Amino acid sequence: MVIASDGIFEEEHDFESTGDPIHRTRKTAMWVWLGSESFFFGAMISTFLLYRHTTGAGPGAEIFSIPFTSASTFVLLMSSMTMVLADNAFQRSDQRQGRIWLGGTTLLGLTFIAGQIFEFTEFVHGGLKMSTSPFGSSFYMLTGFHGLHVAGGVLMLAMLIAFSLRGRLSPDRGMNVELVALYWHFVDIVWIVIFTVVYLLQI
Amino acid sequence: MATTAHAHPAAKTYWLVGLGLAVLTAFEIATPYTDMLDPVRAPLLIAMGLAKFVIVAAVFMHLKYDLKGYRWVFSIAVAGALLVFAVVLAVFQAL
Repeated sequence: MVIASDGIFEEEHDFESTGDPIHRTRKTAMWVWLGSESFFFGAMISTFLLYRHTTGAGPGAEIFSIPFTSASTFVLLMSSMTMVLADNAFQRSDQRQGRIWLGGTTLLGLTFIAGQIFEFTEFVHGGLKMSTSPFGSSFYMLTGFHGLHVAGGVLMLAMLIAFSLRGRLSPDRGMNVELVALYWHFVDIVWIVIFTVVYLLQI
Repeated sequence: MATTAHAHPAAKTYWLVGLGLAVLTAFEIATPYTDMLDPVRAPLLIAMGLAKFVIVAAVFMHLKYDLKGYRWVFSIAVAGALLVFAVVLAVFQAL
């Protein structure tokens, strides 16, 4: 697995070039699951759009702080880059570099979650609770479930770091990093949609 | 359905794509605050969001390089989700 002058790996992943059916099946299963998650978030975003004007006596989209959420969005986007760099390092069997990037991704994920907790706290103080209005319910359900997905991802990243430190992420198990990476990038692209539809298009 | 996969890019490509995504996000954030873009604000934001979605899926998630089957699975799912989205909004006349 060598990097060629044109910046492309000369060899494919071992599990691709050898056509290992177990690896291929696991990856296909991951993609199918991510597909089902697309339906899940699609339904949640639809629900939010249905109720976006049903604010009752409570606040609506004017409560959003776009500069703050933009910073959180940037953090999550950059975590996708550190994740792909971690995946790349493990593909090259560079465990140390891989752990550094995994650690960076974990920190960025935790920063995003901390930002979301802060944002929710501010909104509750501003009068927007889950029970305030259909707008509040659909907003907290959508962004809250996304936050739970990020938290799940952070847990998986921490487990990968622990596995790597114990020497249980050998090259033949590199697939585990790739599967977690797929999940993490998916959570990122869902946020790209949420940020555009829920925040930017509503102000 | 093709069964061959292509090589994944090197770290340099990921850095460049990450930089591009950061620049795109900066434009995205500036758009609602730029008065002259008001007439095209919504389509512009949707286009930029879509571009980021496609870039992350294609490069970071390796859909551009992996087996075409994965691309099909995800594309069909996203198309299905969009259909659900459109049907729900149309039924409730929110479109």
